[in-house]
Amino acid sequence: MDLSFGQEYEEFRAEVRQFVEDNRDKQPKARDYRSEDAVAWQKKLIENGYTLRTIPKEYGGLGAEPDIIKSRIIAEEFGRAQMHTGLAGQGISMLTPILLEMGTEEQRQEFIRPTIVGEMDWCQGYSEPGSGSDLASLSTRAELDGDEWVINGQKIWTSGAHRADWIFCLVRTEPEARKHHGISFLLFKMDTPGIEVRPLVDMTMTPNFNEVFFTDVRVPKHQIVGKRGEGWQVANALLGFERGSLAPPDAAQSRLNALIKIMHQETINGERLIDNPLFRERLMKIQGRVMAMSYNDMRLLSARINKNQDTKLAAMVVKLQGTELRHELEGLAIDVMGEIGLSFGDNPYVRDAGTWQFQYMYYLGLIIGGGTNQIQRNIISERGLGMPREPRAKVK
Amino acid sequence: MEFGLSEEQTLLQDSINRYLSEELPLDQVRKIATGDVPDSSVWQGLTELGIPGLLIPEAQGGVGLGYLDAAIVSESLGYHVTPGPFLASAIIAPVALNLAGGQEALLSSIADGSRRVGIAFGEAVGARADAGFTVADGKISGKSLFALDSNADDYLVADADCNLYLVSAADVKRTNLSTVDMTRSTCELVYDNAEATLVSRDVNVFIEALDAGRTMQAADTLGAAQSMLDQAVAYSMQREQFDRLIASFQAVKHMCADMVANLEPCRAMVWYAGHALDELPDEKRLMACHTKAHLQEVGQQVAKTSTEVHGGMGFTDLVGLHYWFKRIGANRQLLGSPEMLREEAARIQGFAA
Ligand SMILES: Cc1cc2nc3c(=O)[nH]c(=O)nc-3n(C[C@H](O)[C@H](O)[C@H](O)COP(=O)(O)OP(=O)(O)OC[C@H]3O[C@@H](n4cnc5c(N)ncnc54)[C@H](O)[C@@H]3O)c2cc1C
Repeated sequence: MDLSFGQEYEEFRAEVRQFVEDNRDKQPKARDYRSEDAVAWQKKLIENGYTLRTIPKEYGGLGAEPDIIKSRIIAEEFGRAQMHTGLAGQGISMLTPILLEMGTEEQRQEFIRPTIVGEMDWCQGYSEPGSGSDLASLSTRAELDGDEWVINGQKIWTSGAHRADWIFCLVRTEPEARKHHGISFLLFKMDTPGIEVRPLVDMTMTPNFNEVFFTDVRVPKHQIVGKRGEGWQVANALLGFERGSLAPPDAAQSRLNALIKIMHQETINGERLIDNPLFRERLMKIQGRVMAMSYNDMRLLSARINKNQDTKLAAMVVKLQGTELRHELEGLAIDVMGEIGLSFGDNPYVRDAGTWQFQYMYYLGLIIGGGTNQIQRNIISERGLGMPREPRAKVK
Repeated sequence: MEFGLSEEQTLLQDSINRYLSEELPLDQVRKIATGDVPDSSVWQGLTELGIPGLLIPEAQGGVGLGYLDAAIVSESLGYHVTPGPFLASAIIAPVALNLAGGQEALLSSIADGSRRVGIAFGEAVGARADAGFTVADGKISGKSLFALDSNADDYLVADADCNLYLVSAADVKRTNLSTVDMTRSTCELVYDNAEATLVSRDVNVFIEALDAGRTMQAADTLGAAQSMLDQAVAYSMQREQFDRLIASFQAVKHMCADMVANLEPCRAMVWYAGHALDELPDEKRLMACHTKAHLQEVGQQVAKTSTEVHGGMGFTDLVGLHYWFKRIGANRQLLGSPEMLREEAARIQGFAA
C-alpha cells in the first residue's frame, strides 16, 4: 500500500485547487448540457488537462501520459468544490474510447476532436421495442445497395436523439447468421433523409429520450466500425465503458457533501436537520457506503497501473452498487427536507435547482438503463462466480 | 502509488491460509467450541507463526508489522472461524501496552506465547447498569462484563475515563459468559480489592487500541463473510432440485450476486482502514468507526443470505455454517454496535455534540 503522492503531485494539487478557486463562477449550470457555456468550459478543461487528459494531441486532446494520480487529484479537488467536471455525453464516454481502440485512422481524425469538445453530439441507437435486455435479438435491418447501406427499422429510449448530430447504431446486416453474429456497428448523421425522431417524455417530465424511425435511410458503406457482422463485439466493448462511467464514486462523494451542507443549513421546527439523530444516522450509513465505493474505485484505478491485481469482481459490481447508492442518497436528501424536498420545477422554494428530485428519478433510470441491475446480477453470478446460465424456457 | 497488498502481504496471507486450512478443519473448530479441546491448541500453532507478536516490536521478540498486515491476518482468521484470543491478546492489549511504555517484559511474554492478555473495556465503550467498578490506591473493586478471553493470564481494564489498568487473572473471580459465538470466549470479572497496576492515563492510548480492535473486527467479518459467500456458491453448484443445479435458478444467482456486490467493495475499505491506522492519523478514527459499522451491516446480510442459499441444510449443525453466522454476529455487538459507531463517526466530523 503506497498512497504517497510526493512533492510533484502536491504541487499539481495546488495548481488544480487554484484553478477551481479562480473559476468557481465561470462554470456552466449543471443541467444545460451543450450550451455555448458548456462547450467553452469543456475546451478550457481540456486545454488545462482537467478532463480527457490522455486523448492524443492529433485528435484534439492534450496527449498526456496516463497518470492515475493526477486524475485522482483532479477528481478529488473538483468533487470537493462540487465543480462541473466537463461534458460526459455518450459520444465522449462511449464512442471515443471505442474509436481509439477499433476505429480507422480516418474515423478518429473525423470524429474525436469535435466530439470531445462538445461540438459534435452523439446518440446511442441500440435498444428497440422488442429488444431491450435481449439486445442481440434486434431487428432493424441494413442492406447493402451499391456503396450504401439502406436502413429500415426502429429504435427506442434513444437518449438525446433529438439534439444529436450523429448516431452510433446497431443494425442487422446478416439475417441468416446466428443472432450475435449478424450485427454491424454503423455511424451516420441524424439529418439523413428517412430518419424521424419522436420525443418520449420520461418520468422527470423531460423529453430526454426518443423513438427513432428509419425508412430507407442511406448511409455510405465505409461508415462502419469494425467488420461487417462484428458489431456485437464492438457494442460490448462500449457497454464496458458505459457501465464503468454510469456511477462514478467521486460524483457520489460530491453529492454527499452537498447533502451534508443542506443538513447544516435547513431547519425544521428550528432544529437543524443534522441535529436530528435519525436523519444523522441515515446520513452516516450512506457515508459508510460511499466510502466503501470510493476505496473500491481506488483499488480499480490502481489495478490499471499495477497489472498483477485481480479486480474482476470489484469492477463488475460498480454499476449495480453505484446506481442503487446514488438513488438512495438523492432520496435521503428529499426525505430530510420534508415538503421542501417535494419541490420540483418552477417553485420559489426549490433547493439546488431541483436536482435532488431530478437525480432521484434519473438514477432509477440508470438502474434500468445500460443493462438493468437484474442483468448486472446475471453477469456477476455467471461471469464472476461461474454459476450456470438459466436454461431457456420454450414457448409451448 | 499502489493501492493493494504488497507481495510480502500476499505471501503472509497465503501462508496463514495454508496453515489454517490444514490444521483447522471444521471438526477441530467444533471440538474447541464445545470445550473438548482447549483453544490454546490453535494459539500454540499460531504462536509458532508469530501471530501474537505481529504488532509487537522486534526488540520485545515480536514481528513488528503494521496494522494493514494485521488486518489481512485477521481476515484469514475470520475466514477459518479461528478460535482464540487474537483480538485481545495480539491486537488491543499489545497496542495499548506498547504505546503506554514500560511494559517490555509483558510484551515479550505475549509475543512468545507464554501469556495471554484479555481486555475489559465495557466501562469505556458502553457502561451497563449491571457492571461497574472503582479503583483507589492501586486496588480495584467491582465487576466487568463481557471481558474478552476467558483463559487470559492478565486483563487490561479500562475505566470510564479511559484510564488503563492491568489486573492479574489470579486476583479476580472469573466466570465464563457463554455467547452464541463459541469460537471466542467472554467472561465476567469480579474484583474484590484486587491489585490494579496503572498502565496509562492517556486517552489516546485507549483510543488507538480500540480503533485497532475495531478495524480488526471489520477484517475478521470480511473474512468470515467471504467464506460464507464461497460456501454458498459451492453448495449451489452441487445441490440439485427440479432436476437442476440450484445454482441455475436466478433467485439463487441473484442472492449470490448481491452478496458479492455488497462484500467486494468492503475489501478495499478494510485495506484503507488498516493503512489509515499505519499512516493517516487524520483519517484513522473515522475509518475505524465507519469500517466496523459498514462491515457489520454487510456481514449480517451475507450471513443471512448464505444460510438461505443452503436451505434447510444451512440451518443445521451438520454443515456448521452457523459458526460463521455467529462469529459475524459477535463482531457486530462487541466494542460498539453499528449505530453507536455511526454516531461516533458523526461526532468525529463535528456533526454531533
Ligand atoms: C434513462 C434511460 C436511458 C436510456 N438510454 C438509452 C440509449 O441512449 N440508447 C439505447 O439504445 N437504449 C437506451 N435505454 C434503454 C435501456 O438500455 C433498456 O431500457 C434496458 O436495457 C432494458 O430493456 P427494456 O427496457 O426492454 O426492459 P426489459 O428487457 O423488457 O426488462 C423488463 C424487466 O425484466 C427484467 N429482465 C429482462 N431480462 C431478464 C433476464 N434475463 N434476467 C432477469 N431479469 C430480466 C429486467 O431486469 C426488467 O426488470 C435507456 C433506458 C433508460 C431507462
